[in-house]
Amino acid sequence: MNDICHMTLHELMAAMDKGEVTSAEAVEAYLGRIGRIDPELNSYVTVDAEGARKAAEEADKRRANGEKAPLLGAPMAIKDLMATRGLRTTCGSKILENFVPPYDSFAVKKLKEAGAVILGKTNMDEFAMGSSNETSHFGPVKNPWNMDKIPGGSSGGSAAAVAADLCAAALGSDTGGSIRQPASLCGIVGLKPTYGRVSRFGLVAFASSLDQIGPMTKDVRDAALLTGIISGHDPMDSTCAEEPVGDYLSGLEEGVEGMTVGVPDEYFIEGMDPEVESKVRAAIEILEKKGAIIKRISLPHTKYAVPTYYVIAPAEASSNLARYDGVKYGYRNMDADGLFPMYVSTRNKGFGSEVKRRIMLGTYALSAGYYDAYYLKALKARKLIKRDFQKAFENVSVIVAPTSPAPAFGLGEKVDDPLKMYLSDIFTISANLAGIPGVSVPCGMTKGGEPIGLQILGSYFQEASTLKAARALEKEIGFTSEKPGIGIQTG
Amino acid sequence: MKLTEKEVRHVATLARLQLTQEEEATFGGQLSQILDFISALNELDTTNVEPMSHALDITNVYRDDAEDGKFPADSWRANAPSQDFGHLRVPKIIEG
Repeated sequence: MNDICHMTLHELMAAMDKGEVTSAEAVEAYLGRIGRIDPELNSYVTVDAEGARKAAEEADKRRANGEKAPLLGAPMAIKDLMATRGLRTTCGSKILENFVPPYDSFAVKKLKEAGAVILGKTNMDEFAMGSSNETSHFGPVKNPWNMDKIPGGSSGGSAAAVAADLCAAALGSDTGGSIRQPASLCGIVGLKPTYGRVSRFGLVAFASSLDQIGPMTKDVRDAALLTGIISGHDPMDSTCAEEPVGDYLSGLEEGVEGMTVGVPDEYFIEGMDPEVESKVRAAIEILEKKGAIIKRISLPHTKYAVPTYYVIAPAEASSNLARYDGVKYGYRNMDADGLFPMYVSTRNKGFGSEVKRRIMLGTYALSAGYYDAYYLKALKARKLIKRDFQKAFENVSVIVAPTSPAPAFGLGEKVDDPLKMYLSDIFTISANLAGIPGVSVPCGMTKGGEPIGLQILGSYFQEASTLKAARALEKEIGFTSEKPGIGIQTG
Repeated sequence: MKLTEKEVRHVATLARLQLTQEEEATFGGQLSQILDFISALNELDTTNVEPMSHALDITNVYRDDAEDGKFPADSWRANAPSQDFGHLRVPKIIEG
């Protein structure tokens, strides 16, 4: 069966339910395809062939015994910053190159409980710091649509693996756009849930008040399915919400008739790619044609989102990454003489440039004499950004905007200019600062053949509305049949 | 905002990083540029605006300080770069 790998997650589950394909067959198909395509694409850091085969066999046995579970036998990939018991978790960093977690993160545990099979761990920017997947210790990931381009970041490995059909679906994490931006650049669906919707237990911390785990999938239904599975309260994460988990699947096909959709002026700016703007505008017209009420809105503090983020995220990171000291786990420079030299040389050799840059920035912003001017000021700006959204959601159900101001850029194009790289996330960062959910869905292609995505933002815990609007667009635009154009369609 | 080399070295020490001379020079320039960009926040009037450290209204969560046996010490020590007799080994802390 040649097209196992091209199926969406829910199609594959249906095929398994009908007995048309086994988990063992699906896992072999994916492993074979990974072996052919991934040496060049580099979307996986670790492929767990043995573990996946064992889990698939187990799943097939359970299925034969009449057991039912929503993901029974589904081959999935996990961004390499979620702890997987017995399977190394590197966070894209040399400092965790050999770290093997003795436990599963909450999201992974939920997937396993639902019957999923873990194919492996996907590549990512080091400590999720990057927008191009070029800061990984394990080398850059390429974009399956164009191998000279970046896949986006930081969940670039998950996005590329889903787009290239190297897994049925994947998990990513989003601190400033790290699910939505690569989803957009790779032509897949990616949802960042409300802050606190999914437990962060076992997620390597970058910026704890912003980090959120979410699904990266081939279509909207898969994203809805996975969101329902990985969400829920977890006593192991004190910031995890107690809000009951919504039903994301049953209303998915309801359409957008009568739904008020806000279009923010501040997300259509000078300098953005004209093809991106025209495709996003065309998608908004589709929503209107399908009965949505389009309203022009303003989110006046949008331009302060990136500067606010680049105080708060590095500040939290500098504190979170203090734990990598070469003592308890991770890399240690064994040649250093004395404790302090061991700390500094371990960290200097263990971290890459971008991580060091952000630790420096955060340490500076929190240091004596600068705390009020930078950190406190940014926390106040964050409040203003949140208020913009709260006001907007008094009048609209969802907000539609481009995910990224431009399609995928070239490998190496922005690596020497951190500020330029930071501006790649100009449209995604606000949702993290406010803590609201957002889903990126493909809305077309450039003339050069690169995917364009738009994001649908919702109010707190309104994942269902964002998914419903995304599904309405998906049906009309019909992008799910499009596949990467790198000569890998078959097998 | 221009960071001097001395400031870069001071921040690196606070962050327990030992930068090469080349890194000091590059980071100094890049961080100055980023701080200039961040200074746009000074345009904002934040009088009477409460700082927001979290997206949701959450409070501390407490539990009993009791062992649950879920994570035996052995399983954690397996990742230690150096250990002996069930303890983590570090370079000498006290001189003399």
